[in-house]
Amino acid sequence: MSDPTTPAKKGQDFEHDLDQSDTNVAAFNVTHHTMLERVQHVLHNNPTLVPVIVLLLSLIAFGLIAGGKFFSAFNLSLILQQVSIIGILAAAQSLIIITAGIDLSVAAIMVLMSVVMGNLAVFSGVPTVISIVIGLLGGVGAGLMNGWFITRIKLPPFITTLGTWSIFYALLLWLSGAQSIRGQDIDVAAPFLKFFGASFSVGGARITLSALLMIVVFVVLWYMLNKTAWGRHVYAIGDDKEAADLSGIRTDRTLLSVYGLAGFICALAGWASIGRVGSISPQSFYEGNLDSITAVVIGGISLFGGRGSIMGALFGALIVGVFRSGLRLSGVDVLWQVFAIGWLIIIAVAIDQWIRRVSA
Amino acid sequence: MENTTPVVQARGIVKRYGHVTAIDHSDFELRAGEVLAVIGDNGAGKSSIVKAICGATIPDAGEILIEGKPVRFNSPIEARDMGIEIVYQNLALSPALSIADNMFTGREIRKQGWMGKYLRMLDKPAMEQFARDKLTELGLMTVQSIKQPVETLSGGQRQGVAVARAAAFATKFIIMDEPTAALGVKESRKVLELIQDVRARGIPIILISHNMPHVFEVADRIHIHRLGKRLCTIDPKDYTMSDAVAFMTGAKEPPAQDAA
Repeated sequence: MSDPTTPAKKGQDFEHDLDQSDTNVAAFNVTHHTMLERVQHVLHNNPTLVPVIVLLLSLIAFGLIAGGKFFSAFNLSLILQQVSIIGILAAAQSLIIITAGIDLSVAAIMVLMSVVMGNLAVFSGVPTVISIVIGLLGGVGAGLMNGWFITRIKLPPFITTLGTWSIFYALLLWLSGAQSIRGQDIDVAAPFLKFFGASFSVGGARITLSALLMIVVFVVLWYMLNKTAWGRHVYAIGDDKEAADLSGIRTDRTLLSVYGLAGFICALAGWASIGRVGSISPQSFYEGNLDSITAVVIGGISLFGGRGSIMGALFGALIVGVFRSGLRLSGVDVLWQVFAIGWLIIIAVAIDQWIRRVSA
Repeated sequence: MENTTPVVQARGIVKRYGHVTAIDHSDFELRAGEVLAVIGDNGAGKSSIVKAICGATIPDAGEILIEGKPVRFNSPIEARDMGIEIVYQNLALSPALSIADNMFTGREIRKQGWMGKYLRMLDKPAMEQFARDKLTELGLMTVQSIKQPVETLSGGQRQGVAVARAAAFATKFIIMDEPTAALGVKESRKVLELIQDVRARGIPIILISHNMPHVFEVADRIHIHRLGKRLCTIDPKDYTMSDAVAFMTGAKEPPAQDAA
């Protein structure tokens, strides 16, 4: 056998003439890029830039149109307050969408778990803290149920969560008897359920704890996704699940953990929603599933998975809040708010497609 | 060669799928420091035998010795833990992740101390430095940045990243599945050079390929697979490409096998 250190012998060397050819295989073509191509490139590397720019532009635009009413510390903190619950749901939704999945059941899990917490604490006399822990664990369980169907039975996430959306919704109607739990009853029996409704003032701004919770959830998830191996695996799975498998990632386990964590965050949003709304209503947040997807999409997270920053979803939720508030303060009818959000979604996805077509 | 025990020695491997026998009492041998090409007609089972060696399929019968010790892998991950790396035909890279992230997928380095222990924080600078060193060693650092996503690389560069990843972590041997199949002429040349570089560092390679010129250029021995088993191994210096194709297709009788 040959000695490994000698240069390779040439068997039948018909590619010999190639030795003279350019061996510069992997160099970059130094071609001139147009302005637009450069923009495309920058956005490709920083997918969160689009929502940040849109958010700033819409703040400026509505500031000019609606004036001081809009730009007051009070109004801006009100926007933060209004988007907090959908924002937390959008954080859970982002996790799932980054894995190239989708979760139609997030709001159903949220409301179901708020009903569970309320029923236990207000009607069954269970200590409030224990009720909350049971609700949060229930959220994990509901998420794991989604994840189990998706990873073990290999059902598509869309179908799975379409099914569990109905299942969880039916359960919450059953548990609540389609009745709201009144705010006064909560105040008497379990005021701690309203913990996240508490607020404090900073120079005219009213910051609720639910808004703070939203920001904490986003920061923690950002850390997990970007600074830990688990986060890199979540992105790799959304990018190309088969490749992730072959690289040694235990993809099913990771996916299961993603769905469980998303369920936990939904239940957390459920707890926060009790303080935000002031009561527990089985009818609330019926469109929360779609609102959370809207925030994620406007935030520049690709529905095809593997791309986009979780912070985008926070900006996406804020953009929706700014549009709603700005249009309302400008005296625009509610139907045109809905109209504007619709266009935002379509434009956001169109921009995502354009960015993804970036050429090397 | 300090070691005359073959790196891989497989005897009497059998794998059946229902009535189909994919591997029919096949033998296999990889020696230290060599490039062993595995060729065979479509459906001859050359992928099957290699898969059996790296744990991607579990053989029904037969034994596999790695450096003289019997092993039984249940998955390629177990094989990887022993220092066996595979460069898949589709490369198994995540396009949107960076070069550094891709090199460490599934074996990330955490920071020292409490940040790594309790916050599970990755040591990105260390991983990036390691990736940069490995790519430079293989003459691949023409990429702009180690943080750039793999999807912005050319086909040859991506292959380079996949080979560098395998070379960086392989301690026993590397399996390469059709590494030049999707590449142009110049990029193929680069990959063949990479194969020789890796061999020069003493890591043996199993090269599955359909491309006879490439096989004859880099292989030290050629394992010819036919009808589910090893027909013969030949030295590319003693035979022509047409001989190899003739053995492979059954047009010609194989040479009487010398001891191996």
